[in-house]
Order: sequence, then structure tokens, then C-alpha cells
Amino acid sequence: MSISKIKFDKKIVLSFWIILIALIIAAPTLLPVFRLNLLGRYLSLSIVALGVDLIWGYTGLLSLGQGIFFALGGYCAAMYLQITSSSEFPNNIPEFFALYGVEKLPFFWEPFRSPVFTFFAIWVIPALVAGLIGFLVFRNRIKGVYFSILTQASLLVFFNFFNGQQKLINGTNGLKTDVTQLLGQMVGSESMQRIFFWITAILVIAAWFFAKWVVKGRFGNILIGIRDDEPRVRFTGYNPVIFKTIIFSIAGGLAGISGALYTVQSGIVSPQFMTVPFSIEMVIWVAVGGRGTLLGAILGAVFINYAKSLVSEALPASWMFIQGGLFILVVTALPEGVLGWIQGDGPRNLLQRFGLKRKIETYPSLEINNKEGNNE
Amino acid sequence: MNNKDLLNLIDITVSFEGFLALNKLNLNLKKGELRAVIGPNGAGKTTFLDVITGKVKPTNGEVIFKGKSLVGRKEHKIARLGVGRKFQSPRIFENLTVKENLEISVTTPKSPLNLINKSIKDEQLNEIERLMKIVNLAQKADSKAGSLSHGQKQWLEIAMLVGQKPDLMLVDEPVAGLTDEETDLTADLLKSLSGENTVVVIDHDMEFIRRLNSNVSVLNQGTVLCEGTMETIQKDQKVIDVYLGRPED
Repeated sequence: MSISKIKFDKKIVLSFWIILIALIIAAPTLLPVFRLNLLGRYLSLSIVALGVDLIWGYTGLLSLGQGIFFALGGYCAAMYLQITSSSEFPNNIPEFFALYGVEKLPFFWEPFRSPVFTFFAIWVIPALVAGLIGFLVFRNRIKGVYFSILTQASLLVFFNFFNGQQKLINGTNGLKTDVTQLLGQMVGSESMQRIFFWITAILVIAAWFFAKWVVKGRFGNILIGIRDDEPRVRFTGYNPVIFKTIIFSIAGGLAGISGALYTVQSGIVSPQFMTVPFSIEMVIWVAVGGRGTLLGAILGAVFINYAKSLVSEALPASWMFIQGGLFILVVTALPEGVLGWIQGDGPRNLLQRFGLKRKIETYPSLEINNKEGNNE
Repeated sequence: MNNKDLLNLIDITVSFEGFLALNKLNLNLKKGELRAVIGPNGAGKTTFLDVITGKVKPTNGEVIFKGKSLVGRKEHKIARLGVGRKFQSPRIFENLTVKENLEISVTTPKSPLNLINKSIKDEQLNEIERLMKIVNLAQKADSKAGSLSHGQKQWLEIAMLVGQKPDLMLVDEPVAGLTDEETDLTADLLKSLSGENTVVVIDHDMEFIRRLNSNVSVLNQGTVLCEGTMETIQKDQKVIDVYLGRPED
């Protein structure tokens, strides 16, 4: 990368951040509650996208099952809210149990009476489940498309299980959170939603910094090494299984946080979070935003989802075509995603094509050497 | 087999669905030795390295390295025991810089916790500087490894191998695609490494092997045909028949 481009990149990154932070600060006053709530949901989705970028963009693991961990986080949050708001219902247990004649709270609900337990469960349980699935798969050296198929199969197993368990978790109806109480206020109320928006915005930024910290330095380089040439990493003395398990577990934990935030802002968690298309969409957000850029994952998740709601309002039923078209466009024309294209040679090549910029005359590598040599 | 041996391969047989890639191969390496391994295509040279590094499990036989059996151990465990390998075509991490590639190789311990928690040690940074000087890549420290020329990639991989500080270095065709000058420099580099390290070099290039001035093992059809200095093996009728006698192009 030449010096001028590094500065250029920094400017872009900085201006994106200024705009983003300004938007977050101004959003509650600028946007109507409905829009604010949507933005909050999409921001929470960007956290799961960050996880997808860590495992796919950096480590080369294309998981089509992130919905599992997303939903688990959502269920943890919803179970806590339901159980703490169930004092006026028969047997002091959540209302839906009465529909199926359940009188005693299932044992696994008990710990969710504790806010502290729930706080940890939201990210620890998905991380542990991801770690377990990951370890079993990676230990057997299953990779590439087989890994993707396996994660999708796991997703279907979880989906069917959750869908069928009326007596345990209200099955296909899911758990509602908007009419539950938190700190004496209704979760679905305007003031609560505003608070959730802020929490989400802060957590997105925290997750972004966390992800940056994970991929920075030698740990991140090993992840890239695993993506590009796993056997080589082995022969250098590293055990890829552990690294892959850790990063898959981290992505699972991020998905859990994301799911919990999404649940409290959309008012319900249901097995719909574990449908196949939703998990594939997560991958599309990252692909469109830019694999291996982190910021691209956030922007991809927010912008695609916002576009989805705007388009769906104007032209119902056309969104799937647009999303499909977008994905095809990115795969064929911008394989690095939008942000990857901007950070790479994309804009310069485009300007050159229209004759607006002179072509460089030397090999890029020669130019790099001179500039770097002078600089050091 | 004696105590001075670093590596013993005893009756190694590798069968790929009936095809014997290695057939009762025996080979002993002393500490500090430089050994060249040659052989015609399909003689089992690369399989021989695969067996030592754990990529291929032998159907039969025993690999003893520093008194321990390597058979059944995982690749990364064998690497940590002190076996380093350079691949035939340069295998470096193209999306990482030269310096980052070397960081991966010199880092110890190679645990995730160490990598994520701590910054790289000063002595390891010094080692990286030293290695980059040896292979003439100091100016390229922050360039992507993918932007290097073929020769530079070969050298970067050799530097990564040295940085791993293995007791046994397995070097597969280090001069493939290099210029004559680069070949000479590589031969000198490998010679300078032996003594302290034990080095096995696999190659086709007879000039290069001659320049190494080492003992040579000739592989043919999965077994060691003959061992000795370059002069001895050049006079050996069996070797001439299978390998040297073929017209060179």
C-alpha cells in the first residue's frame, strides 16, 4: 500500500466513524420511535455479523448456522424477562405454560430468575455450545463446504427441537418480551426502547473494538494463516483445532449478545431466528460489506437491513430479488465486498476506466518499495 | 542405531491402496549432518518427508526422533518436538507481511493464550531482524509476502524454517525455479546451517547437490538404493541405471 492510500484509508475510516457516532447520538431525537427501534435492531444484528466476519472473513470458516447462537442468546434474555414478570400469573410461572397444562416450572428455567446468571448466560451459553460443536467438527478436520453443510444441519436440528417444545419454551410461538417488565418498566415502552438503543450502540462499538483486538497481532495472523494454508500452520507447530474452536466460540458469544439485543427490541424470540435463510442473510451482510474488514460487517448488516425495511414498505415482496441481485453483484463484481473494494484498488481502477486518472506506469510493487524505503 | 543418531527410519512402508510409496525404507541421520536425498520422480521422496512430519502415517515401521517415536503423533506436536519442513513450492502466508510470516515461525510457546495476551519478545524481534538480513529481505519487512518474487519466497520460507529453530530441517527442492546465483547462495546457506542443525535436502538439481558436498541417499521405488558421497554414488552401477544414466536435458 502506498503512503497516500494509507492516509486516504484513514480518512475514510475516520469519517465513517464520525458520521456513525453522530448518527447514534442524534438518532433518538431525529428518528421517530418506530425508525429508532428498527435502527437499534439492525445495529444489534451487526454484532452477529462481526462474529461471522471473524470466522469467515479471517479464519475461512463459512458457518451457515450462526442463527443457533443468535437464538440461544435471545432465549436466555426472554426467559429471564418472562420469569421475572410472571408474578400475577397462575403458579407464578409464565403465562403460556397454562395453555399446555404445565404447572411446575421446567428445571432449566430456574437459574434465569437471577439477573447475574442471565447476564452471563446470554453470551456464555452460546459460546459454549459453539465451542463444543466447533471442537467436534474441527477435531475431525472437517472443513470447507462440509463444514458449511454441517453447521446448516445443526441449525435445522436446533430449529426443529425448539419448534416442537411447547411445554418447555412455547414452541413455535416463541417467547414474547415486549409486555414483560424490567426495572419496573415495560420492555416494549418507548423509554425502555430508547435505552436499549443506546446499550446496543455502545455494545456494537465495544464488540468492534474487541474484534479488532482479537485479529490484531499474531493471533489474528494465525487465523489468516489457517484461512490461507492450514497444513502450513500445523507444520509450524500450531494446533489449528484450538484456534478455530476459540474463534468459533467467540463468534458464538457475539451472536448470543446480538440475539439478546435483537429480542428485546423486536419484542419476541422464536424459532424463526433459526431458519435457514436468516443465517444465510448474515453471511450476505458480511459478503456485501466486505469480508475481513470488520467495519464492513457492521455497515453491511445495518445498511442491508435498513434497505430491506425501506424496500419492503415501498414494494412488498420485491426485497428477496433485490437481495439476491445484490449478492450476485458482489460475488461477481466486488468479491472483496464494498468496503474491501474501496480499501483496495477499486476506486482508482474505476477512475482509470473512465479516463479520469492516469494509469501508473511502473509495477505497483516497485512504487511501493521506493516510497516505503524513503519513509523509513 | 546409536545414540548419536537424531533420526532413525526403520523399515518404513507406506501403502496407498496397494501401491507401495515407500517399501521397507531404512535411513539414519546423525546429529549435525547435512544429507541430500535424490531419486527419480515417484521414488517416494515427498512421502518420506510426509512420514517424518506426520502427514502420512506409515503402514508399517517406526520413526525414532531424539529417542521418541513419531508414528501417530499429530503434525503440530512433531513440529514442536523439533522437526521443521520447507515445502516444494514455497508455502508462505501471502496475505501477511514478511515480518508477520517470520513472527509466526519464531513465536514460542505456540499457544493461543500466549499469542493474544503478550506482545512478541525482544529476543524474538532481534531474531527476526537477523533472519531477514541473512535472506536479504530486511527492506521487504512490511511488504506482503505475496508480492515477493519466487526466489524471495523460497528464501522467506527457508528463513521461517530456521526461525522455528528445529533440530531437524527437511528441505524439499529449495532451489526449484531459482537463478544460478540464488542457487549458489542457497547452497551456502544450507551448508552453514548444518553442524548446528541437522539438514535433509531433497532435490533434483545435481549441480546443487554436488555443491552441498554432503552424503547423498538415492531413493528408488520407495527404498534406499545407495548411500555415500557424490563420487561414490556416481560410480554405482545401480544408480546410473535408474537415475544418472538417463540423458539430462
